Amino acid sequence: MEDSTHDVVIVGGGAAGLRAAIAAVEEAPDASVALVSKVYPMRSHTVAAEGGAAAVLRDDDSLDLHAADTIRGGDWLADQDAVEAFVAEAAGELQRLERWGCPWSRDPDGRMAVRAFGGMSVRRTAFAADKTGFHMLHTLFQTSLRHDAIVRYDEVFATRLLVEDGRCRGVAALDVRDGRMRCLGAGAVVLCTGGAGRIYRFTTNGAVNTGDGMALAYRAGVPLKDMEFVQYHPTGLPGSGILITEAARGEGGWLVDREGRRFLADYIPGKMELGPRDILSRAVTVEIEEGRGIDGRHGPHVHLDLRHVGEDVIDRRLPFVRELARDYAGVDPVRDPIPVRPVVHYMMGGVDTDAAGRTALPGLFAAGETACVSINGANRLGSNSLSECLVFGARAGAQAVRDARDAGPPPANPLLALARDEARRLRAAYLEREGGGERVGRLRGALQEAMEAGAGVFRSADTLLAAADGLRGLRERMGRVALDDRGAVFNTELTAALELENMLDVADAVVAAAIARCESRGAHARRDHPARDDARFARHSLATRGEDGPRIAWRDVTITRWPLAERAY
Amino acid sequence: MAGGTIELRVTRYRPDRSPTPWVDTFRVPYDDDTVVLDALNHVKDEVDGTLTFRWSCRMGVCGSCGMMIGGEPRLSCGAFLRDLAPGPVTVEPLRHFPVLRDLVVDTDDFLEALREVRPWLIPRRDAADGDGEGRQTPAQVDAYRQFSMCINCMLCYAACPVYGQDRTFLGPAAIALAHRYDMDSRDGGRDVRRRILGRDEGVWECTFVGECSAVCPKGVDPAAAIQRSKVDLALRAWRVVWPAGAGR
Repeated sequence: MEDSTHDVVIVGGGAAGLRAAIAAVEEAPDASVALVSKVYPMRSHTVAAEGGAAAVLRDDDSLDLHAADTIRGGDWLADQDAVEAFVAEAAGELQRLERWGCPWSRDPDGRMAVRAFGGMSVRRTAFAADKTGFHMLHTLFQTSLRHDAIVRYDEVFATRLLVEDGRCRGVAALDVRDGRMRCLGAGAVVLCTGGAGRIYRFTTNGAVNTGDGMALAYRAGVPLKDMEFVQYHPTGLPGSGILITEAARGEGGWLVDREGRRFLADYIPGKMELGPRDILSRAVTVEIEEGRGIDGRHGPHVHLDLRHVGEDVIDRRLPFVRELARDYAGVDPVRDPIPVRPVVHYMMGGVDTDAAGRTALPGLFAAGETACVSINGANRLGSNSLSECLVFGARAGAQAVRDARDAGPPPANPLLALARDEARRLRAAYLEREGGGERVGRLRGALQEAMEAGAGVFRSADTLLAAADGLRGLRERMGRVALDDRGAVFNTELTAALELENMLDVADAVVAAAIARCESRGAHARRDHPARDDARFARHSLATRGEDGPRIAWRDVTITRWPLAERAY
Repeated sequence: MAGGTIELRVTRYRPDRSPTPWVDTFRVPYDDDTVVLDALNHVKDEVDGTLTFRWSCRMGVCGSCGMMIGGEPRLSCGAFLRDLAPGPVTVEPLRHFPVLRDLVVDTDDFLEALREVRPWLIPRRDAADGDGEGRQTPAQVDAYRQFSMCINCMLCYAACPVYGQDRTFLGPAAIALAHRYDMDSRDGGRDVRRRILGRDEGVWECTFVGECSAVCPKGVDPAAAIQRSKVDLALRAWRVVWPAGAGR
């Protein structure tokens, strides 16, 4: 057993995790901060974010306007005190990245350029061409290299929170390179593991997005909040699910049906292509269901037409869109429309935290997509999430190191015992198990099909109950998984099985919360309950893991200055 | 439309089983959209769960899935089987790196070289203090932008004959990223990086084969970065030997 102790252990090396790590060492320069990630940090899925990061950067904008847009976009389920903190700090975070070298796109006068984005009433989305996440991630990673106090554990997979005497005191983590369990003790732990899009078959998310941090917290008794709100992005490439950024519409692109008609005029004429993602994804889904889509090899889709935007703008501001469309859809957007359909993109829900990143478990923090503060409510506006990773990553990192100092060093022996217990569990469940015959890949495929069919753009009690049944069956089959690979070195079949455990827990919470919320709000569209019901559901759902499945409780949403209102555009 | 099945010949290595690599052959289904990475995932999920490789984004930006395909360093998520038909397609770990297992290589050399070259903004002495937004014109961004596009996929190291001979060489990507900050109008760290790039294992080892730039999937030109750094170092050395005004 490899054993080490740090002030803070951060799990996940994307934008939120790296920002948290830097904030922690800046807050306490003598602190030791462990950054534990199952992949090298620059492989984290922040890398795939394209369009930009929102903040109030210009005189024609205001904090109140950004807050009001975010609250309306979230269909009044965002906690407004958290939103106010977010919009107040977002600009400072983007400027900080500017000083760390992020290659933001610029206006001719040298200021950071801003572009239009869905649901934002003014241009406030800063960007680095259409690789904003990539540039932010590499800027953060490269900046983190100057801090010797950040100790990286690359390709080390956290499998269990170590909870001792009611406080989170570290993680047990599998070192993928040699198969040994590590015991990483700490004064506090911050979960920054991103989202869980991989619980669906058709997703923009990379292979890493399996909800690991959400599942770690959930299994330690921490509630997951608002898990029923799963964001479909309206424009993914059919087949692969590769993201075509919303910036394509921000720069003027149109969504059209088989007749070439801009059908959004029937749904959201005031905003058209710059409407929020939930409304646009439903519109595309209805168009396709009603036969106005275009038939393709991967089923029906609609078109994203950029031809009128022009080659110059496409090459300057959307070069990655052109590259992806050419490579993965065989079309050049300068000359042809791009086939697109709605695709799972983002989890509004996550580990229930306050605005400092604290969870219900002392010593445990979360930030980024893993967390639900909540600033995104029932539907996130595009370009708020990169800023969210910075603002709340920084807050959680700084708070965690202060908290860790107050708590003092962790007790060694009890943690080692817990980590040894976890090593035994993995051996018994996977490496030394006899019999079985279920394959990880097949079970994962069945999980993804169940979620796609039951908890998609539109849901109803029938589809959700069928999904819940499916998940129960899968959990039972999970007990019969037989790995081909029993080796110690880089056993990615074992890590895939551990990821599947996490995906099952997260999927359970999504489906249970979706069944309990008998209304339609934001991204949660119930065909059997099509109206919003503020009297019963202007509340957050809180899913807690129970013996026989998730239990759902409710908590009122925090309203400060924007009273509940109809979400009109 | 292409389609049918194609044969993959995959180099395998398991240090806990055998000190020598071997080759396994898999016949996999494919169509117009299938990339080598999809085929490897098909094998792992359906046929042989022990097959080991790295991947994540499957859209050419995370840099995880580099390997030798048909003898060339490529991202497996961008290598379409339709273009490799009728096969067989050889799949091997990236050349020049120690192999951890199957197609997974040890890239710690690069991570050390990266930290070594100080790939972070070292503010200019005349930089304004405090908060707020610094300015940079589009032309100033263009001066370094292509060098900021490196995804750390390591294809250039697999293509570089110098790194193949001497693994202490900083290598193309690390030097390109050093150059990226040197060329940034906000940066004042060129003198610090010169001391690193000018060492024996720095830019001088490069014999200007240019393979690094040819294989880069993101259009970065590390060979140009190395060449420009050499010119910069040479001019600098000349000034030291022959200080301004000494000729009079």
